[in-house]
Amino acid sequence: MSATTQPPTLGHSLDVTSTSPLPLGRLVRVELRKTHDTRAGLWLLIAMAALTAVVMAIQLAVVVVNDISVDYAAFMTSTSFSIALLLPVLGILLLTSEWGQRTAMITFSLEPRRWRVIVAKLLVGGILATLAVVVALLLGAGANLLYGALEGVPATWGLSLAEVLGFLLIQVIGMLTGFALAALLLNSAAAIVVYMVYSFVLPPLFQLGSFLIGWFGDLRPWIDFNSAQTPLVDASMTGQDWAHLAVSGVVWLWLPLAIGLWRVLRAEVK
Amino acid sequence: MITVERLTRRYGDFLAVDDVSFTCQPGRVTGFLGPNGAGKTTTMRVVVGLTPATSGRATIGGHAYRDIPNPGRHVGVLLDASAQHAGRTGREVLTLGARTMGLPDRRVDEMLDLVSLTPVESRRRVRHYSLGMRQRLGIAHALIGDPSVLILDEPANGLDPAGIRWMRGLLQGFAEQGGTVLLSSHLLHEVEIIADDMILIGHGRIVAHGDKESLLASAGSAACLVSSSDNEWLAEALTRAGLAVTPQWGALRVAAEPVEVGRVALAAAVALTELRPADGGFEDLFLELTSDTQRDPAATGVAS
Repeated sequence: MSATTQPPTLGHSLDVTSTSPLPLGRLVRVELRKTHDTRAGLWLLIAMAALTAVVMAIQLAVVVVNDISVDYAAFMTSTSFSIALLLPVLGILLLTSEWGQRTAMITFSLEPRRWRVIVAKLLVGGILATLAVVVALLLGAGANLLYGALEGVPATWGLSLAEVLGFLLIQVIGMLTGFALAALLLNSAAAIVVYMVYSFVLPPLFQLGSFLIGWFGDLRPWIDFNSAQTPLVDASMTGQDWAHLAVSGVVWLWLPLAIGLWRVLRAEVK
Repeated sequence: MITVERLTRRYGDFLAVDDVSFTCQPGRVTGFLGPNGAGKTTTMRVVVGLTPATSGRATIGGHAYRDIPNPGRHVGVLLDASAQHAGRTGREVLTLGARTMGLPDRRVDEMLDLVSLTPVESRRRVRHYSLGMRQRLGIAHALIGDPSVLILDEPANGLDPAGIRWMRGLLQGFAEQGGTVLLSSHLLHEVEIIADDMILIGHGRIVAHGDKESLLASAGSAACLVSSSDNEWLAEALTRAGLAVTPQWGALRVAAEPVEVGRVALAAAVALTELRPADGGFEDLFLELTSDTQRDPAATGVAS
């Protein structure tokens, strides 16, 4: 139109040669910040730590009163009522909060290559799961020391690295499952409800099925994702256990995750 | 520069955007004007890659939006000022933007200052913000990466008249430095105040495109407002002269050039107290151009 009146540097094309793309590390730092820069997010993290401590305190009280002998590993299993419950919720909120609050529009306009945002969020989920395990280990150690002091016996430690890694893997799987359901449903409430069905309704159904139907009992290890994770707890995974975990994970984790991510990467962001 | 070529977006049977082409020039503020549901937002969303196009394409400075590295440093986007996490503070919203783009945190304070959000306001959570404050925050977020292109959807919505005037100054200053601005509005007077060029859209199709003056000239419906010592007598004289007269706010609206009205008044020996070109001409144009695409039929004169 009136290009001659424009300064030569401000032409009609955009010079992007000197701009570098967003480094993944920066995206991870921003996504990590988003998990605790609101009251709701911060309190979810605090609640996870607090609930872990409370459950362990109850466990400690029960074993001391009833004079039951426990060790470090026993305290760690109690986290199935705390972080194992809330990490998937965290995984869900990592994604659905962007949809519910409609900030996905901003996030994806600052990084249009959406898969990089997704990778950053998954890494943040991994970081938080690891942190949760570290906190649980510290709290468990505290509970175990208190137990030894209260009972007047030396505390039993003996938690192997394999057990710790198995424990971490369980938490990461939980977080990933939450994330997969979140991507599939893009709605916090729906994803949390479906996750609860996953972890509380399905296991008894599987148990009942294998009790009543003979052939189902043989099939169950290959399709029951929950029971496939059980040997991870005491690090007794055999080759066949790993195969069970991998195969049952296809249906309950990888398939929903793949469909969900395909949806998020293509969805119209409103 | 923003270039949209033969862009179409279809939802089932509904054509939200129908074969739309236009360009936005650097150094100018382009107003995207149309009634609600005309396809403005969908077009802008396609430009920034949030909505896939059914056919056609949109580029910014020759690049598809998704191919621009660190796009926040080149294109400032504000699509919906209310699409913010209600639990974040305004300062936190800007901090996230600055960190994502790799900018120092002092940019946050500079932008808060630019859009006149006070330090106290910046520490309040967005859920307590008025729409006007959210718009200011959204503008700050769009500008924080020092972009050369701005894409703003309804940025004046919720601003008071002083706020609209402030935005005009801000955007014209931005354009004077060579920036390209595309902003949308469903209110004519907002675009009339802020924009240099205009794109009129209705039912997904562009109905007019050009700079404000030439659009006005092409309207060809000259009109003026006149009042006199005896409006009734003047109205009668004007009607006798074959001119269309409509009473409007204590004056008369006449479909004629001021000089013709002056002649009639002279002949009728009526003393004029005011005679000026009607500034509603643009509104007539807007309603006329979008009348067959409006939800409500265009209102004809106040009393005809």
